[in-house]
Amino acid sequence: MRTLEETTQEVLDLAAKHFQLPAGSLAPGDDFFKKLGIDSLQTLEMLSRLENHFGIELPDYEVQGVSDFKTLAERIQSRL
Amino acid sequence: MLDLSKYQSIGEALRDALDQFSNEVCLMEADREREKERLTYREFKERAHPLSKALQDAGFCAGSRASILMTNQSKWLISAYAIFFAGGVLVPLDYKLTPEEQWQLLKHSNATVLVTEYPIWRQLSVSAGRGAATNVQTVLVTEAPANADLAGAQRWEEFRDAEEPVFIPRKRSDIACIVYSSGTGGRPKGCMMTHENYLEQCVALTAIYPFWPGVRYLSILPTNHAIDFMVGFFGPFTCGATVVHLRTLRPEYVLEAFPKYKITYVSLVPLVLKNLQKGLQARFDELAPGKRKIFNALVGVNKALTKSRPRLGISRRLLKQVHEAFGGELRAIIVGGAFTEPQTLQFFYDLGIPVANGYGLTEAGTAITVNDLKPFRADTVGKPLPGMEVRIVNPTADGVGEVALRSKTMMAGYLNEPELTAETIVNGWLLTGDLGRFDGAGHLQLTGRKKNMIVTEEGKNIYPEDIETVFESLPVKEFCVFAANYIWPKRSMVGEKLVLVIHLEPGQQFTDELRVDINARNNRLLNYKRVHGVVLLNDDFPRTASLKIKRHDLAERLARLDSGAAILPL
Repeated sequence: MRTLEETTQEVLDLAAKHFQLPAGSLAPGDDFFKKLGIDSLQTLEMLSRLENHFGIELPDYEVQGVSDFKTLAERIQSRL
Repeated sequence: MLDLSKYQSIGEALRDALDQFSNEVCLMEADREREKERLTYREFKERAHPLSKALQDAGFCAGSRASILMTNQSKWLISAYAIFFAGGVLVPLDYKLTPEEQWQLLKHSNATVLVTEYPIWRQLSVSAGRGAATNVQTVLVTEAPANADLAGAQRWEEFRDAEEPVFIPRKRSDIACIVYSSGTGGRPKGCMMTHENYLEQCVALTAIYPFWPGVRYLSILPTNHAIDFMVGFFGPFTCGATVVHLRTLRPEYVLEAFPKYKITYVSLVPLVLKNLQKGLQARFDELAPGKRKIFNALVGVNKALTKSRPRLGISRRLLKQVHEAFGGELRAIIVGGAFTEPQTLQFFYDLGIPVANGYGLTEAGTAITVNDLKPFRADTVGKPLPGMEVRIVNPTADGVGEVALRSKTMMAGYLNEPELTAETIVNGWLLTGDLGRFDGAGHLQLTGRKKNMIVTEEGKNIYPEDIETVFESLPVKEFCVFAANYIWPKRSMVGEKLVLVIHLEPGQQFTDELRVDINARNNRLLNYKRVHGVVLLNDDFPRTASLKIKRHDLAERLARLDSGAAILPL
């Protein structure tokens, strides 16, 4: 079982890879809309990638209103 | 389709539709690749009536208000019908707002009943805003886990009475819905929509885009929005058509739904439509040179053959693969909520997929103009719908002025806001705050906005006043939020941004510390509500005797600045 820190790091690494940013350029507290310059649709695409990676289903309501990686990682962690 | 001229209310029309089309499928609901539910009109009635009776048992009666706060799903529509059957007023709320904003609107609406889903209730029930909305007496929660703490709510699934409810008639002039067009800040704008507004709008819209049994509408836009309420509920139901709901709105599941459910119509916001365009274009670009050449030639033939009107049969044969990807039955994409760029509309039309673009606002009862496709025009928002009187107020030499409307679809007014209503509806004409002109063919072209607001590509209306509270106590002399296009008008309705105008204290500098503070506050707002830049002004803001900012005067002063240089990025 991953720790929350490990999950958070994997979320950051995957997001950086998906949006072609240098590894380590994202931080847990970053607002992904702002940092990645993405819209709500691109966020949904990122969520699908994360679901595949972690092997979970993340219902839309779980990520409603979430805009930072830390909270997103917590929501993922609760479903692992 | 029912003859809606004979009906007095939404509830009455739906009641007859459920009997007339009893064996047709009215709802399909899927979650990812799994189909969760498929209901006929008869089964829909069997679900709704026990709920309506239980509401009546709880004292719900003519004019009582009930709010629905849910993502798009069968239970949304079942609950809405149960409310209308019992003579109630529906208050549909946006599930994307924050819990505090939702409680604020619940309080403002004076709803006594709230129907919501468990994940939303989990957040709402612990929100500080709950304490103020004492008007909400009954909370019904769907799909709560067996051992869940309901925090004073009741299970929707158990809130029923097997006895037949009594149908409560309503008049055409009675309020059917209170729809919030915006204003989660200081001044909520609750549009009071009458039964007549919906009955008339439905007749006007279905005259151009008809529904019938067998038509399948994919409901993606939130049903609390006026558009989806009309074309994803009332319109299809009065014609015996089917509404398809998806519980997971990821692009891959939405795309799968088209062929799987043989979708006939779908409504999208411009952002999603543009994204769809990008995805298709990328696939076309990947074609081998030979195939690409053939494809381009076929698109050229289709363009020539559909110049005067759409010819779905021909387009589907010519561009078979494209149409099959959409299920082969798609007749039109309805786009709404915000302005769509002409090139996007043209892209789809050239593929033989008409995009029904139009123009409207909640206050007008959804659509005012719609492209009638005779012929297709990407550069306008179409002609006024039947029954809509549209005029341009105080036009300039080139015919541009404020768009005004008079029709039976116009709201009765804003809830608890007689002054705001009087400013908006003047001598029977609804002043839209949008600027436009009619061309020689009677098509409306929008050219900008007169009002201080923006509409995002996701169809969200943002009023600057509503987000200013987040900047309260900012360590500056004074501040004000504006729509940049209100200060520096541009003849476009896309890419609109908000700016924060700041007047610093004497000797104060715009430091990194201040920028960090602004960013931190900005981040507390939902992403689409954030300001995109700062404008520094060295003068005192003009104010009224009661010290309110004279926004119009301030905007005029700011307009003298060069927007490119004046807006500092955050």
